[in-house]
Order: sequence, then C-alpha cells, then structure tokens
Amino acid sequence: MKAAAFDYLAPRSLDEAVEALLQHGEDAKLLAGGQSLAPVLALRLASPSVLIDLNRVEGLGRLEIGADGSVLAGAMVRSRTLELSPELALVQPLIHAAMPWVAHVQIRNRGTLGGSLAHADPSAELPAVALACDATLRLQGPSGVREVTAESFFQGLFTTALAGDELLVGVRFPGCPAGRRHGFAEIARRHGDYAMLGVALSVDVDVDARVIAARVVLFGAADLPVRAHAVEAALIGEPAVVSLAERVAPLATDGLEPRSDHQASAEYRRELARVLVRRTLAKALAPQAVAVPATPSARGNARVDAR
Amino acid sequence: MIRLSVNGKSVEQAVEPRMTLADFLRETLDLTGTHLGCEHGVCGACTVLVDGRSVRGCLMYAVQADGAAVVTVEGLAELCPMNGPAVKRGETGLSVLQASFRQHHALQCGFCTPGLLTTAHALLEETPDPTPDQVRHAISGNLCRCTGYIPIVEAILDAARRLREGSAA
Repeated sequence: MKAAAFDYLAPRSLDEAVEALLQHGEDAKLLAGGQSLAPVLALRLASPSVLIDLNRVEGLGRLEIGADGSVLAGAMVRSRTLELSPELALVQPLIHAAMPWVAHVQIRNRGTLGGSLAHADPSAELPAVALACDATLRLQGPSGVREVTAESFFQGLFTTALAGDELLVGVRFPGCPAGRRHGFAEIARRHGDYAMLGVALSVDVDVDARVIAARVVLFGAADLPVRAHAVEAALIGEPAVVSLAERVAPLATDGLEPRSDHQASAEYRRELARVLVRRTLAKALAPQAVAVPATPSARGNARVDAR
Repeated sequence: MIRLSVNGKSVEQAVEPRMTLADFLRETLDLTGTHLGCEHGVCGACTVLVDGRSVRGCLMYAVQADGAAVVTVEGLAELCPMNGPAVKRGETGLSVLQASFRQHHALQCGFCTPGLLTTAHALLEETPDPTPDQVRHAISGNLCRCTGYIPIVEAILDAARRLREGSAA
C-alpha cells in the first residue's frame, strides 16, 4: 500500500511545467490535488517514474469573477475554495450547489477543479457541472494554448481531449443570463461517495415564463457525463410550470445505456435518471421568489435558489 | 530537504518523494498519534491539519508539505500555531474537544479518534456554532466502527457549546 518510487518535480512556472511534461512525456504524471492519483499510486494501479507537482506553479490557483458573472478559474483552485466563495455562489449558483456533494471536507481541502476535470471520472460532480455550465477549458501545450468546450473535452472513461504534452490550466464559466434556474441532485450509497447517478441542470426562462434554453446533464450513468437531449428539446418553448417536469422526465433515458456494476444495475440507474430529472426540474421550474435578473444587486436571489 | 513546522516546532529533513505526510509524521518524527487505516483516502484516520485545513495525511506526500504548518493530534492541546478556540487547555492537559470526547464516551478502541479530533477541530475553528447536521457532514469522511457516531456528534456539539460559553465569559 505504498507507492512505487518516483522522481518528484515541483515547477514554479507554467513554462517549467510544460517543459517538464515535454521532457518526461509518457513516464510522467501531473499531480494536482492528488486525491485520486495518490490512491492509484498507493494501490499500484499506476507507477509513473516522475510526478510533476502543479501545486507551486504560479497563477494556477487564481479565481477571477468578471463583472458579467463569468468566472475564470485556474486549474489548481481547490474544491473547498469553490464551495466557500460567497462571490462565486452569487454568480454561479450551480457550482455552489454541487460542491457539498464532492467527496468529504478533507478531500475538498486538497482536491482541485482541474484535477477532477482532467481525471474525468464519469461519476464525478465537477465534469457534469462544467458541461451543464457550458464551460470552456484552456489547455496549454508546448506550442501554446487552445480552448475546447467541456462538451468536446470529455471523450470517454477517464479520457479527455488533453494530448500527452498538454496540461489543463484553467476553466471559463460563462456568466448566467437573466432568468437562469439551476438544479443539482445525486444518489450515492453514502454521502461523499461517488454518485450512482446524478443530475446537474440549468434552465433559462424568459420574461413570459417560457423555457428558452436548457442543459440537462446526467453523470454516473455512462462512461462520461452526457446531456439528456430529448429532455432539453421537450422543455424548449414550454411554459415554466412544475407539471412540465413530470411530463419530460421519462425522456431522460432516451438513448441512455447505463452501466451495471456492484453499486447499481442499469435498470436502477435508468429509474434514478427519471426520478432525479423529475425532482430537480420540478424544483427549478417552481415559481421563484423573484425572477433572477442579471443586475448585481438582484443576483442575491440566485444564492437562495442554490440552497 | 524539506522545512516545515510540526506542532509549532520547526523540522528539517530529507525525505524520499514517495513518502506520505502520514508516514513522515509516524516513521520519521515518531508522532504515532496520527493513525493509518486504509492508506488510500477512505477511512480518515490519518487526518491532520495543514495550514489550518483538515487533510488526509495519506494522500499528500511529505515533500508537498515543504513550508507548511502541520498540526497533529499531539499538538491539539499544546502549542498550536492557529491559536483557535478549540485549543484552550483544560486542567487535564486535554483540549476542550478532547475532554469532551472522553466525557461523552466518543471513543472505544480509539483508532479513528485522532482523525476525528483533527477534523472536528477544523470544523469548530470555521463554524463555532454548528448544527448537528453540519457536524455529521463534517465527519462524513471519518470511519468509526465502534461508537455508531452518536456520542461523537454529541461530544463535538458539547465542546462547541463550552467553547462558545468560554469565549463569552
């Protein structure tokens, strides 16, 4: 239960990190929060010869909140920072709502946004949230930076668009438009465990209380977080009323091929998908105390939604 | 070579990169109060405070603690760089939180206790007046196979009450 021996590099700058990755290539693993990597090494499921620790790289821990409510989060922003930031809770209530579900407090104190996204566990919360928020990921390689949407970043089980010589440096969450509602729920054997199935969603409602856009993401079901396109399509143009949730929730399993494992059968996961989509949508579609306008003073209402 | 503070004392040591912080504390510094159960981040017995935050000592390498302030269960009642409310020393030489664990029978075999104490300590520093639900969430990452958790939750809530009364007095 001890990791095999490895060499340890702690670059101070992004350039040094990119250089180290280029030099050691396939033999190296990037170390972010280490909350998934350290167990993998302890169990000897992997034994990289070099660990490149990103914890001392300047600038990766920055969390910037724009005037339009957009957020630029460095890859090394800790989960606990996302959980506790009151400013983030105001402008990105879906992230705030999801954070208490991410593992346990000791894990959130070390675990990072970028680490979770790059690890791409299909049952993890943050990849689903990134997809529901239509986030853009910044990947740095030796030839520069490129940006990919969350939708194209996640490609399969623990598989992402990151090339071997690239590292994830930051994530951009666009600002929430006026009238954005959100929902988050998951079912796990114990709180803090990976979800058997979870839902992260956002619904945009116009001034006439009609749904104009929706992103409904299921995680824990397939090899990667997936959008429930049939549910989204059925929501668009409909009046935002609670009964709509009941009507569209059965579509959550359209095209969904959940896995069966020791935690839950595929059939149970299908049931969870329908039930959790219905519950989270019903909450999101319920009359809001005040519609959420995009003015900073009124954004406080969004925080109330998040609880 | 790493330099860090452990329970207020500065330490300078050469360590192998793969040595976890928990192993470093136990094997190199002889601070065996930090326990190792699963060694892969499930049980919470190895929880220590790093710069005031509770972390799993088995999921962090000692080299990563270079420059950090680490507090283990041995340091909770003694010199503590955070000087938080939970470290006030009672007549017994135990912190208020530790004394409360003893009084409420919040431990039987004691294996999980160091991790629970450090976790609860961090909770009370951040949330001096937690609800029972907040306490249960805070300790959700610490496994105890003896107590059924009820006396642990009671001990933490009672310690919180005493510390609040103490600081008001």
